[in-house]
Amino acid sequence: MCGIVGLLLRRAELRPALGELIVPMFECMAERGPDSAGVAVFSEPSSAELCKASLYASSETYDWPALERRMASDFGTAIRMQAHGNHALFVLPREEGVREWLRAHAPGVRLLSVGAAIEVWKDEGNPRAILKKYGFSKFEGSHAIGHTRMATESRVSPAHAHPYTAGRDFCLVHNGSLSNPYMLRRKLEAAGVPFETDNDTEAACRYLEWRLSQGDDLEHAIGHAFVDLDGFYTLLIGTRHHMTLVRDPVACKPAVVAETDDYVAVASEFRSLSHLPGIENARLFEPLPARIYSWTA
Amino acid sequence: MDGVASASPREVVDLAAAGVRSLNALLHERAGPFPSVEVLHPMGQHNVAVGAVRAFRVEIRGHVGYYAAAMNQEASIHIHGNAGKGLAENIMSGEVQVFGNASDAVAASGHGGLVVVHGDAASRCGISMKGVDIVVGGSIGHLGAFMAQAGTMVVAGDAGSALGDSLYEAVIYVGGRIESLGEDAREEPMTAVDRERVAGLLARARLSPPLPNVERFKRIASARSLYHWHAGQNRIHG
Repeated sequence: MCGIVGLLLRRAELRPALGELIVPMFECMAERGPDSAGVAVFSEPSSAELCKASLYASSETYDWPALERRMASDFGTAIRMQAHGNHALFVLPREEGVREWLRAHAPGVRLLSVGAAIEVWKDEGNPRAILKKYGFSKFEGSHAIGHTRMATESRVSPAHAHPYTAGRDFCLVHNGSLSNPYMLRRKLEAAGVPFETDNDTEAACRYLEWRLSQGDDLEHAIGHAFVDLDGFYTLLIGTRHHMTLVRDPVACKPAVVAETDDYVAVASEFRSLSHLPGIENARLFEPLPARIYSWTA
Repeated sequence: MDGVASASPREVVDLAAAGVRSLNALLHERAGPFPSVEVLHPMGQHNVAVGAVRAFRVEIRGHVGYYAAAMNQEASIHIHGNAGKGLAENIMSGEVQVFGNASDAVAASGHGGLVVVHGDAASRCGISMKGVDIVVGGSIGHLGAFMAQAGTMVVAGDAGSALGDSLYEAVIYVGGRIESLGEDAREEPMTAVDRERVAGLLARARLSPPLPNVERFKRIASARSLYHWHAGQNRIHG
């Protein structure tokens, strides 16, 4: 199963309410994905904020202020640091070398996402508990891409929760299962693309981002994915300025879209959208198979 | 359920307060009057009005989730909104009308009765139907009437790819364009009997006028070449 939620706000004045609006969407999807949950929130940085890095440590009591001090001496003073147990968001003066610095100096810490606008919070456990723990209701931003997971292939762990990220300001959530993730992975690893888990969604995520890095735009990258990805998928993709939705040509994994002048909302099932303001007058539709839907934030 | 035997002829069930199970328990009662039930605030919940056993009249105000009006017997269920997957799955008799769109697998394996979708229906509409009649006012998605065994499906609009794949004895009538036919489905000439059948179902469906012209419809039925395994003539179809 798995549940997908996405919300893109079309009016800037609604951005402070992004978190409040997505929480009921998540709560509904907890039934489709009771073992893990996560969200990528995109918010445009103030001009000084050059890089956001979302970090994860396996320990709830990880000493984030100590890491901040070590980063400051080696890398530059963090503009902002926000810690929640085993997660932390660092806003850094520069991005170059962040990944390498962490690998060398903080081997127990994983980089969940990096970019100008993206931040990621994800963990294993009941989605309702996760969204409380990390304060999803307080999130602000232009769009959010979320997921509740019911694992059907690789194991349940914080690293296996969605969203998956690759490159910068890029994330993907997936409902479905791929039958050729290892084939994709072997090709990508031969091209120098690193993997962090054995999850099928990670293969799709890294595949699409690799195509982007080779010069495709997202539409062309997805066009190649229709050929190269074998299996079932509804994918919701977040980039700095876009939210993009696609279902495989067989389309047995669901999605419903609601559009109003204020927002575009996507969920696996309508009940996740039923609490949104103005939903009674929204344009509701199911995305067609093998059709790319993209909205600009 | 307590109190159902004395159910008044008109019931209002607010699903925001009452929960789906209390509504369905009411519809499972075999004795007592035939209440007319109005259902409020379905909020996309699953399994709304499932398993009705008698000729209740149910009006649902809003969108419903998966398997709405499934396993229906005798009841007349009207959904004033959209329906999720598996609308009227395994319907035995009665009538289900959706004044909106329906998702995948409308009336899957339905044995009898009538299912009407006034808007569009998604993929696998009428999959494995076993005697139900289906009328869609709009268009249907891919794999319509897949493995359909008995009953009639009338689609006023267009049909997606692989229509009628592996058909048995169900018959499909399409008023619009057919993207492609599935394996072992073929177009056959329309006869006076076919036109009468289409006109009869369109009238029973009470689609909003203007009704599509019966002369436009094509008849799709099984070529019956997949019925038997012809030992010695094994071949890969397609």
